[in-house]
Amino acid sequence: MAKKIIATTSLAGCFGCHMSILDIDERILDLIELVEFNKSPIDDIKTFTKECDIGIIEGGCCNDENVHTLLEFRKHCKTLVVIGECAMMGGLPSMRNTIPLKECLDEAYLNGPTVADCNPQKIIPNDPDIPKILNRVYPCHEIVKIDVFLPGCPPRADLIWDALVALVTGAELKLPYTTFKFD
Amino acid sequence: MSKKIVIEPVTRVEGHGKVTIHLDDQGNVAQSRLHIVEFRGFERFVQGRPYWEAPVLVERLCGICPVSHHLAAAKAVDVIAGAGTGDGLTPTAEKIRRLMHYGQMFQSHTLHFFHLASPDLLFGYDAPPEQRNVIGVALANRELATQAVLMRKYGQEVIAATAGKKIHGTGAIPGGVNKSLTIEERDTLLKGRAPLNADKMIAWSQGALAFFKDYYKKNKAFIDGFSQFPSNHLSLVRKDGALDLYHGVLRAVDAAGKKILNDVDYQDYLSHLREEVRSWSYMKFPFLKILGKEKGWYRVGPLARLNTADFIPTPLAQKEFEAFKAVTGGKPNNMCMHTHWARLIEVLHSAEVIRDLLLDSDITGTDLVTKGKWQPVGVGVIEAPRGTLMHHYRVNEDDLITMANLIVSTTHNNEPMNRAVNCVAKAMMTGQKEITEPMMNAVEVAIRAYDPCLSCATHAYGQMPLEVSLYDATGKLISQRRK
Ligand code: SF4
Repeated sequence: MAKKIIATTSLAGCFGCHMSILDIDERILDLIELVEFNKSPIDDIKTFTKECDIGIIEGGCCNDENVHTLLEFRKHCKTLVVIGECAMMGGLPSMRNTIPLKECLDEAYLNGPTVADCNPQKIIPNDPDIPKILNRVYPCHEIVKIDVFLPGCPPRADLIWDALVALVTGAELKLPYTTFKFD
Repeated sequence: MSKKIVIEPVTRVEGHGKVTIHLDDQGNVAQSRLHIVEFRGFERFVQGRPYWEAPVLVERLCGICPVSHHLAAAKAVDVIAGAGTGDGLTPTAEKIRRLMHYGQMFQSHTLHFFHLASPDLLFGYDAPPEQRNVIGVALANRELATQAVLMRKYGQEVIAATAGKKIHGTGAIPGGVNKSLTIEERDTLLKGRAPLNADKMIAWSQGALAFFKDYYKKNKAFIDGFSQFPSNHLSLVRKDGALDLYHGVLRAVDAAGKKILNDVDYQDYLSHLREEVRSWSYMKFPFLKILGKEKGWYRVGPLARLNTADFIPTPLAQKEFEAFKAVTGGKPNNMCMHTHWARLIEVLHSAEVIRDLLLDSDITGTDLVTKGKWQPVGVGVIEAPRGTLMHHYRVNEDDLITMANLIVSTTHNNEPMNRAVNCVAKAMMTGQKEITEPMMNAVEVAIRAYDPCLSCATHAYGQMPLEVSLYDATGKLISQRRK
């Protein structure tokens, strides 16, 4: 059987979901027998050297580049899996959704105690070389169709493992209650 | 003809870091920049939340070392809850937190060394990219890979036992902790299921150090010379000058070892630090106030810590520390690649501290929380795996946060990482017409030595992609290379 190809990326997430994938511990050594990790977190069409079987997304979309990546993942991955609260619902970064973006920027760059008296030109980062921030943080399913949702912050390693095995082997996904028990 | 080179080490759309290099008409590096391209807005959106939520909210900014944020926030809210400024916790609470923290240090450093550094060391910097990642390590040397996975697992289990969960735990609360270890939990970590026990972790840490030192012997010129430049160094140290990753006073030394910040109380950090905002990066640039924006930048992290500390308070790590210091005759070490060495000494130190804490009877105690007189302001500082991490909160009489200021480790290293990129770009790209893979690798290696969280995580899954584009002065693409 040809190895399934997996691609992963972190959008507006904290990498905790990726760390939870690593928490499958020794099983990661079994996993690499079953799948081929696409060699990079993929960014645009040129780097999608292969079509992928499974795309795993951590984090929602907080800037234009996140949206771009997500669209590319949808286009090139047969099955799109979102892992974690941030990708599913926006998560902690979406706490800014009730606040005008300008207030967030002002607080960070103009008003904070270590910048207030030393930013006389009132610089707020804004450059063609950095992405544009969206008005709010969007969960992935508001942008593209998502096939599989794995909840948790982060999802437990066992849940990720069971889901991966099911997706790779085509077996039915077992969902014992314990893997969904949160903090 | 002037040129602009763009390198996106963590991929553009990963949205974390990107390098641009401008070459002038003569092909000299006119300017280089590491852009940090993410913005969360935490400082503002946490306002209005009860302060006791801070330790569990803020850790979700970084899932690679969430314990560090959890504890820095907890130390700040301790002050607000009237539990003192680092010396007010019960012995059990303080030791449980330390155990959590050193468990974190152990797993995070292990992850960095094995998943990130070892592929380069095992296969060489010019090996095929497909091989140069942790999966390559696993395929080539299953024993080393298994050891890596198990060391990280051990650190994660220490965290789970103290924080309740491996990632984004809840163990620290204002004034203390919400659980201590049961005797059973302690014994599992101490004696453990083979091979996961405290002594084994010490032995494996020594093995990793031996591996590095052997590599150093064979590649001395590279390790000493690559991307090295003088800088100031900042970290916490214990009051007596010992390395302490959980608590202490702020000390900074210059490149020659002169103290420029002399063991000050971090509650007063505002008297000493400021941050500069630059339009091309969402990450700010901290500097020491007395030296100003130009000269006041500094490095933090393992290398900085071994430069500021006078000694390491565990015997095996102290011996390694002495050997490390001997290389520079006791003076600060400004060699970027020696950070890997320093990191491994801290791995060994962490393993020793974990074992000692597990042998301490306080670790199973029941006196968990200190209460005291409420204060409106609190600052918490901790040495995270990547360096000094600062949290500062102000609250109103309803206990709601009115101001939050965070300076995270990677931010402290903003200017040094930019210098490192500049240093390598100058050395490798001056006058070059074509960008080759070794040049891109070199930039990558320089940034990676600082272990910015995101490249580290990216590496957990494979080779960090790089894209280099050459533009002419009008912005027209004239050459592009990817790997
Ligand atoms: S869901 Fe939780 S662990 Fe995953 S990226 Fe978001 S904050 Fe991090």
